[in-house]
Amino acid sequence: MKILILGAGQVGASVAEALVSEKNDVTVVDTSPDRLRDLQSQFDLRTVAGNAAQPEVLAEAGAADTDMLFAVTASDETNLVATKVAHAVFNIPTRIARIRSTWFERHPELLHGEGFSVDHAICPEQIVTEYIGRLIEFPEALEVVEFAGGRVDLVAVRAVEGGTLVRHPLRDLEKLLPKIDAKVAAIYRNDRPLALTPDTVVHPGDEVFILADAKEIRQVMTELRKMDRPVRRVIIAGGGNIGLRLARAIENRMNVKVIEASKRRCEFLAGQLAEALVLHGDVSNEDLLGDESVDETDLFVSVTNDEEANIMSALLAKRMGARRVIALINRRAYGDLMQGGQIDIAISPAQATLGSLLEHVRRGDVAAVHSVRRGRAEALELIAHGDRKTSRVVGRRIREVDLPPGATIVGIIRGGEVIVAKDDESLIEPDDHVLMFLTQKRMIPKIEKLFEVSVGFF
Amino acid sequence: MLRFFPVLHVLSGAVLLFAPAFLVPLAFSMALADGAHAAFETGFLVTFVTGLFTFFLTRGRHRRELQPRDGFLLVTLVWTVVPAFATIPLLLEIPGLSFTDAYFEAVSGMTTSGATVLTGLDALEPSVNIWRGLLVWIGGMGIIVLAVAILPLLGVGGSQLFKAESPGCMKDTKLTPRIGDTAKGLWGVYSAVTVACIVSMHLAGMTWIDAIVHALSTMGLGGFSSHDASYAYFDSPAIEAVTTFFMLAASLNFATHFLAVRRRTLAPYAQDVEAPRVMIWMLGSVVAIAAFLEASGTYPDFATALRHASFNVVSIASTTGFASVDFAQWPWFAGIWMIFLSCFATSSGSTGGGIKMVRAVVLFKQAIREMTRVIHPRAVVPVKYGDQVIENNVIFAVLAFMLMYGTTIITMTMVLLATGVDPITAITAVVACINNMGPGLGLVGPAGNYAVLTDFQTWVCTIAMLLGRLELFTMLVLLTPAFWRK
Repeated sequence: MKILILGAGQVGASVAEALVSEKNDVTVVDTSPDRLRDLQSQFDLRTVAGNAAQPEVLAEAGAADTDMLFAVTASDETNLVATKVAHAVFNIPTRIARIRSTWFERHPELLHGEGFSVDHAICPEQIVTEYIGRLIEFPEALEVVEFAGGRVDLVAVRAVEGGTLVRHPLRDLEKLLPKIDAKVAAIYRNDRPLALTPDTVVHPGDEVFILADAKEIRQVMTELRKMDRPVRRVIIAGGGNIGLRLARAIENRMNVKVIEASKRRCEFLAGQLAEALVLHGDVSNEDLLGDESVDETDLFVSVTNDEEANIMSALLAKRMGARRVIALINRRAYGDLMQGGQIDIAISPAQATLGSLLEHVRRGDVAAVHSVRRGRAEALELIAHGDRKTSRVVGRRIREVDLPPGATIVGIIRGGEVIVAKDDESLIEPDDHVLMFLTQKRMIPKIEKLFEVSVGFF
Repeated sequence: MLRFFPVLHVLSGAVLLFAPAFLVPLAFSMALADGAHAAFETGFLVTFVTGLFTFFLTRGRHRRELQPRDGFLLVTLVWTVVPAFATIPLLLEIPGLSFTDAYFEAVSGMTTSGATVLTGLDALEPSVNIWRGLLVWIGGMGIIVLAVAILPLLGVGGSQLFKAESPGCMKDTKLTPRIGDTAKGLWGVYSAVTVACIVSMHLAGMTWIDAIVHALSTMGLGGFSSHDASYAYFDSPAIEAVTTFFMLAASLNFATHFLAVRRRTLAPYAQDVEAPRVMIWMLGSVVAIAAFLEASGTYPDFATALRHASFNVVSIASTTGFASVDFAQWPWFAGIWMIFLSCFATSSGSTGGGIKMVRAVVLFKQAIREMTRVIHPRAVVPVKYGDQVIENNVIFAVLAFMLMYGTTIITMTMVLLATGVDPITAITAVVACINNMGPGLGLVGPAGNYAVLTDFQTWVCTIAMLLGRLELFTMLVLLTPAFWRK
């Protein structure tokens, strides 16, 4: 597929990386030649320097025969103008734009139809905020992924001595939870996925991905570790876009403190927030954290725009006694270095956003894509079309489907009903949404092929 | 002196505009043939001629736009000079009335206080009582608001006057682009509600004359009655209920009424910061005092207690000052609580007095902010009014206002005490005058009136009413030497 990406910032670069690795023909446009040079030296893609909102720049970037446009520059205005130009002049079929302003949510007519011709609007800050919000709902989880509009959850939990399933084989799960349907999607030990059989024994320290109905997921998690108490006290280090959105989302339910270094920004934040307490100071100021009793904090989230500062303040908070710390870390190397050590969870904003961008790129009918484990693995919701003759999936039981290595079908959504693939005996029917966990991303083309309907269907 | 000609010019314009007000009681006097018409004719002529003469005398000399600084002088002059003209019919119609008392009565009307030095109100000519009510009504929305609707025609910048009339935190958001249109809009709502009030009061059982006097007095939250016994004369739950309703309405910001009328929805009341608080404080106090009066055995049953509590508490808290019973005979808690409420339970932009709810809210939030700062030294805590962050300089202005408010009350109480008044009378008289409420407790309670005061004490109370109505600073700034320097 020919894909045009406008903006080579964090989001643009990670989308480019993901798309190049999936064998797409990618062109990146940015105003900064330096950034483009960096990108070009790392990945196999084409770059064009210039203002993405100008038709001649888009033309030079080959907009005329592009299949898909990602307008992800830092400026809403540039993105909107570029999508409008892409539609009006170059007729690019699919146009996705990053829009920060929340104003457009209330006035969708501006984006669609006669408006700016945006097919899908994406706000990375909002996605990251929602992601952190889910982690706050589930204090035990490392990652939380929602399917079917939040009816099913896939969570990653670190197994801890004392959980009932720990040091037991997976087949015992059914005995422990006779009334609840749950499916273990994957287990990572020392960062390597295990090949799962019913006899696989869960060890303490394993990272277990498990799927269950959203109403029952908390109970399922207790099998792997003791329940933490719900989050009541939160310190948010960094009052940028993410910090503000997060504080606003939770300030009515929890005791929230926001630490911000810029006095002017503090005043702005305090004006925007009704309940949360805004503190002026450095996020890694030990005295400030001490005064604000970080040791009694359930959750410390560092979300400044400086990842080193995030790491340092999260480390400091953990050392001073914060129960759980989350840091926003973009560089994958840093994320791998930190997660599971002193920092409980490292969130990569680019990766969190990637899923919602990739949904539109996948071949076949993909309802949702979630990047997990910092982009190494993927959880997908695919729609199975055709019948037993034309499809290699439909009309078969889950265990009969010929899956590539590292792929697991974890559940099926049929209409409003969720079927957890507990025993792999369920039959896949036409138009089912199949939930799949992939430990290796390079298997994606094979999965796409698997779900393709053969020509006989027409 | 020449420096003040532009101010005098506008002042004489205001006096000229005030002159036609005499024609209203004159018309009633003619229609009812009560014999007072000569007094109003004299009043009209003196006012009109003086106004016209000064207007032309000061015209054209050193003509310049008014500065914000001129506003202070202008506002103070309007509120002191116009009542002087308003005394003319009182002096002519009430034999033996001294100028001190007549001026007190006129200022009391035009500041919408409703404190009176007159007895034998029932025997007064109806047109004189209408004149007293009309003074409250005109004072109510403020001669300035009336003038602001017209003054732009005379080439005067109006916004400064709005500012000069209420320092601190009046809403800067203008309702309509031109201040003149705003004033006309507010005036329109005020007049419409007044008409509704007159009709309702008549339907509830008052004579037309009583309805007019009391409606004018109610809408301005003044409290002048045409009967010595005030509302005890009527002894009618229906009349009390109607009056209570309109007193509550007049305690809210007329800009909020204006928005509600224009948008045809009640939402502005809910969005307003003050309106819900005013209602909660007033109605909550009504219920609490009714329960207290029943529990203390003042009234035999809750229904009677509620009837008297609702009328009198709302009347005092809204700074109106009608009385249906002698609440000075109630246990101390009830009377003192009512006077305490009168300090803050009305909205800015209403016809009420006191420090206004808006300042009370700001002060309270500032207190909370200081406490938060003690616990969290690094916290950035803005004081918010609704969704808006209040600048520190506004908070300082409010704090200074409070300081001056307290200092003024203490100083004037001391002056009254020094002249031999008893403590309860002294402090409640000063508070009642500063809050433009009317009756206090003790000698100046609902059963008595301000006639007991000596001339000197009457002047102290007159100044207190003016200070309160002009929000202290407008007048006090004239006392600073810096104001008079070039």
